[in-house]
Amino acid sequence: MSALLQVNGLVKSYAGVHAVRGVSFSLNGGEILALIGPNGAGKSTCFNMLNGQIRPNAGSIKLAGEEIVGLPPRTVWRRGVGRTFQITATFSSMTVRENVQVALLSFHKRLRSALGYAGAAFLDEANKLLALVGMEAQAGRPCGELAYGDLKRLELAIALANAPRLLLMDEPTAGMAPKERVELMRLTAAIAREKGIGVLFTEHDMDVVFEHADTVMVLNRGELVARGTPQEVRRDPHVQAIYLGEGLLYDARHREESAQ
Amino acid sequence: MKKTMGIALAAVLLASTAAKAQQGEIKVGEINSYSALPAFTDPYRKGMELALKEINDAGGINGKKLVIISKDDAGKPAEALTAANELISKDGVVMIAGGFLSNVGLALSDFAKQKKVMYLAAEPLTDAIVWSKGNPYTFRLRTSNYMQAAMLAEEAAKLPAKRWATIAPNYEYGQSFVAVFKDLLKKKRPDVEFVAEQWPPLNKIDAGPVLQAIDAAKPDAILNATFAGDLVKLVREGNTRGVFKDRAVVSYLTGEPEYLDPLKGETPEGWIVTGYPWYSIDTPEHKAFLDAYQQLNKDYPRLGSIVGYSTVKSIAAALKATDDHSTEGLLKAMKNLKVSTPFGDIVYRAADHQSTLGAYVGKTALKDGKGVMVDVVFKKGPDYLPSEEEAAKMRPAE
Amino acid sequence: MEFLLVQALSGLASAASLFLVASGLSIIFGVMRIVNFAHGAFYMLGAYVAFTLTDRFAGPLGFWGGVLVASLVVAAVGALMEMVLLRRIYHAPELFQLLATFGVTLMVEDLVVLIWGSEDLMGPRAPGFTGAVSVFGRLVPSYDFLLIALGPLVLGLLWLLFHRTRWGVLVRAATQDREMVASLGVNQKWLFTSVFALGVFLAAFGGALQIPRTTVSHAMDLSIIVEVFVVVVIGGLGSVTGAFVAAILVSELNAFGILILPQISMITVFLVMAVVLVVRPYGLFGKPEGAPRAAAGISIRPWRPMTNLERSGVAAVVVVVALMPLFAGDYTLSVGSEILVYVLFAASLHFLMTVGGLSSFGHAAYFGLGAYGAALLVKYFGAPMEAALVIGPVLGLVGAVLFGWFCVRLSGVYFAMLTLAFAQITWSVAFQWVEVTGGDNGILGIWPSSWASTPQGFFWLALAIVVVCVAALRMLVFSPFGFGLRAARDSALRSEAIGINGKSTQWIAFIVAGTFAGIAGALFAFLKGSVFPETLGIPTSVDGLVMVLLGGIETVSGAVVGAVVYKALAIWLMSKTELSKLVLGGVIVLLVVAFPKGIVGFLEDLRHRRPKAPGGAGSEGAVDVAKVEAAR
Repeated sequence: MSALLQVNGLVKSYAGVHAVRGVSFSLNGGEILALIGPNGAGKSTCFNMLNGQIRPNAGSIKLAGEEIVGLPPRTVWRRGVGRTFQITATFSSMTVRENVQVALLSFHKRLRSALGYAGAAFLDEANKLLALVGMEAQAGRPCGELAYGDLKRLELAIALANAPRLLLMDEPTAGMAPKERVELMRLTAAIAREKGIGVLFTEHDMDVVFEHADTVMVLNRGELVARGTPQEVRRDPHVQAIYLGEGLLYDARHREESAQ
Repeated sequence: MKKTMGIALAAVLLASTAAKAQQGEIKVGEINSYSALPAFTDPYRKGMELALKEINDAGGINGKKLVIISKDDAGKPAEALTAANELISKDGVVMIAGGFLSNVGLALSDFAKQKKVMYLAAEPLTDAIVWSKGNPYTFRLRTSNYMQAAMLAEEAAKLPAKRWATIAPNYEYGQSFVAVFKDLLKKKRPDVEFVAEQWPPLNKIDAGPVLQAIDAAKPDAILNATFAGDLVKLVREGNTRGVFKDRAVVSYLTGEPEYLDPLKGETPEGWIVTGYPWYSIDTPEHKAFLDAYQQLNKDYPRLGSIVGYSTVKSIAAALKATDDHSTEGLLKAMKNLKVSTPFGDIVYRAADHQSTLGAYVGKTALKDGKGVMVDVVFKKGPDYLPSEEEAAKMRPAE
Repeated sequence: MEFLLVQALSGLASAASLFLVASGLSIIFGVMRIVNFAHGAFYMLGAYVAFTLTDRFAGPLGFWGGVLVASLVVAAVGALMEMVLLRRIYHAPELFQLLATFGVTLMVEDLVVLIWGSEDLMGPRAPGFTGAVSVFGRLVPSYDFLLIALGPLVLGLLWLLFHRTRWGVLVRAATQDREMVASLGVNQKWLFTSVFALGVFLAAFGGALQIPRTTVSHAMDLSIIVEVFVVVVIGGLGSVTGAFVAAILVSELNAFGILILPQISMITVFLVMAVVLVVRPYGLFGKPEGAPRAAAGISIRPWRPMTNLERSGVAAVVVVVALMPLFAGDYTLSVGSEILVYVLFAASLHFLMTVGGLSSFGHAAYFGLGAYGAALLVKYFGAPMEAALVIGPVLGLVGAVLFGWFCVRLSGVYFAMLTLAFAQITWSVAFQWVEVTGGDNGILGIWPSSWASTPQGFFWLALAIVVVCVAALRMLVFSPFGFGLRAARDSALRSEAIGINGKSTQWIAFIVAGTFAGIAGALFAFLKGSVFPETLGIPTSVDGLVMVLLGGIETVSGAVVGAVVYKALAIWLMSKTELSKLVLGGVIVLLVVAFPKGIVGFLEDLRHRRPKAPGGAGSEGAVDVAKVEAAR
């Protein structure tokens, strides 16, 4: 069986500066893969290439064997790739439930319809998704007044609306309280395992990474420098050098907490 | 909030001309571009007020007071129609009059036809209003585009010039004036040719490049139909660049005080123009008008004053000519109606509803640092109109 | 050859005048993100004040001193306007400043006539620059050379000001990141006031320098404002160099264009802008807009369909309106019909602006196309009213399909300006194609069928069409399509990531809005019995914008109220006073200050203020976060 996601030789440079140089990896359904690395390592660029927001200079991205390089984000999504953003992107003029309903309407190709009240469409499914991420109590609230952690959970619900095969999560727990982080990742892991969704996420919080990821990849200066189980990566002297140089690996949590 | 608005409104509305309906009054509606073209419509209004005063002082219309309700059209046909609607439906006027811009005139004329009311077009110059788009309900006072083009073409034909260039604003007024002028001049002088034409947009002439382009064609003479701000730009640029030097210039409307006076000391000399030399007309009817006007206004009249005055005089004449103030009655009265104006007696022709108002043609000159018209000749309207039979053929079948 | 060189020189002189005014607008635009409609009014004021001063104080000192003092005086007036009016509405939705400055413009147009009289005024020529210089045997005014030199000089001075002074560095920083400058402890208020004053100074200076060339009149502002906007956009928002290059490009193309096609100058600038924006969506020197404030969607109260009670209320209002012909007079009914037509026009624009987030400055194009479509059918095919009302709007639809395809590729002000360019091009076709459209004399005799020819009949016809169309638009807002459209507006990133093709969704919205505007236009043609190019003109587009903004851009149906209030007021004032612009402008300014969210927005705020939102202070922080998010 071929992997769910197969990335080969991904390259992106901006005005001669190489942001990502030849990244290759694979991801299986139900697997939770963390992509870590210091700031500026090229994680976000990688993510944006995977969902079609940025076009790579070279390389191939195969989803279940099909090439998806060069497709726009909306088409990549239709192939079964959901994503959340580092800085949440939601529809601020709508309620929480309506946010999910739009995604469901899009998934069911109903957005060209001029008839009917969209606020009544796919009500059950939307409620189920919201319940899944623990947002059912807030379903009727304006999205614009949600707390940041709730926005992150809403994003997850939106990302799950197209029953994705692959979930891309760019710093899913940034800005959340420690307890919330654990909850969200536990939730994600449970959903992924149950539905066989492959999850790729980036994260600064090493506790989250080492606790929830099946596999960890380390990106430094646009290159993958390590891949393995959390234990393997933690012990990798090369990785330690990268992180210890910045004093980040084990202090990360304290730093972020004090910043809050 | 509401209160302040109310006060502001009340202050402005004091100037309002709305009149309450009263017994012994005859109400006439009047529409013009008061806010959009005040340079013309202010003197026009003063002329109207003078005529109105004279008529009512002399006993009104067979004992009834003539009341004119004026509305602003902001220079837009659609607004003019709203105003016309109000005058007819709400104010109950017996007829409507006025208009400056040709398209406003045409809109009102078509409205008059639809609503079966009489419309006396005061200033609109377009030939269409009495000919190609003429209708039984519309009459026009002002010396038309065609008539003034014919007057100027007659003078132009006397010039030795063979190569002509034209500058006219890019809208119907300019287009049709140039077309008629070309046509009539060619008939009189088959040897002339038109070597260049420039069509600057109204109020936006880029005078330098326009004049360079004209100059490059090396014409012997130039025909100009721009006016107001465009004319001033053209004259200043042209004088400085020497484009008008050693060239004959025939210029439409330039002798009207509205357009000549702003030129002050920079008035070009020797241009052949149509206009209104109020300072050198010594007919008794004009003298009487001039005295009365200056007494009332402490200002000299412009051409707009003549148009406003004659419009009201025409209205009064029609109302006096018949007791039947229905539209049918008024239309009948207007046909071949004779009216005395400061430019002499005029007749509204039965065949095409055009008045026979003439115009003054002369040459521009400088006098005491001001522009004036000299060598003035009055050209009689009927001499420059096609015969009534010919004119009737140009109108749509009724 | 020599001739062409002289022609190029003439073009350069025109470019200099254009640049001076445009640079000021570009600076205001770039730093403050304000669409300053009053820029033309300040240009005109500069000319009037300079006329008064130079007329009174003769001689070189009197002239140049007069020009300079006039510019300073007007700049002070501008600063005053910024402090008194604009400061109050910085937090209102984008374009609200446009509404405020539009009101000021209306007032100034009437005020100058009250102060300086109605006659065109001719000022003195510039001492020392009255003559001409011979270039290859052709005379070129020496004043032209002065202007030609002044252009680069002002450009250079502005460059120095922005790059070599602390003030300039702060202003440039503010352009990039307002919060950062505020956190540096710089008083942003005064920074903005000074920027605005500088921009107004340049406008007034440009106006004052026109005295030696033309007359000063109350219509001066209109003759320049749109061109100047176009130049700024061609150059790229906020780029003074861009404005300089664009001014030269436009003026030279015009100078040479008229040699080949003398009629071209009517639309040169718009053609250039359309081409430039299609090829370079951010103008010649512009950068992608950093953080455009959303035209709509920053509201945190999600829209809901009407409750049954509200629906009954609206139905009751419609019934009362439908009963009007039984008691109201003919005039009231025809005014009512006109208001209804504008209700539909405003509602269609509102759909595009509020739901689609696309602010069109050229919506009159589709209104006018619908009107011309109906009129041409009647004139050339003898179509009855019923058929013309159905088929006429198709022309609006076709126009929207064609122009919309190009326009939705852009966003923000660039989108607005491209719609304006297309509208002006459409206008010039209607104006120039005399054989078909009758040119400015229009198409006459477009009267309704006999059953609708009475004011009562037409009122009912208009009411039926408008109620159905507005209801359809409202249904569309809450339909799946409307949700998708709002999604594309709220977050391009997120909507694209959930499979929504934002551009094609917006294109469809553009077509829908254009078609409904076309229906309104066709009705308008039969209401007036005639069609003129002005139907497609900029004032009609501006009217639509004003109605939408006045009603409230963040509301579902504010445009209906905005249209009724604005149109009724405008018609009433036109009928009652010749100073209607002064009063209308004043009322707009007052409304803007009193209701920065529009009339309906204000009423909604009032309704929601009573039940205080749960969460209180705690949720305020979250709102702020969300707002910051939305702003990104």
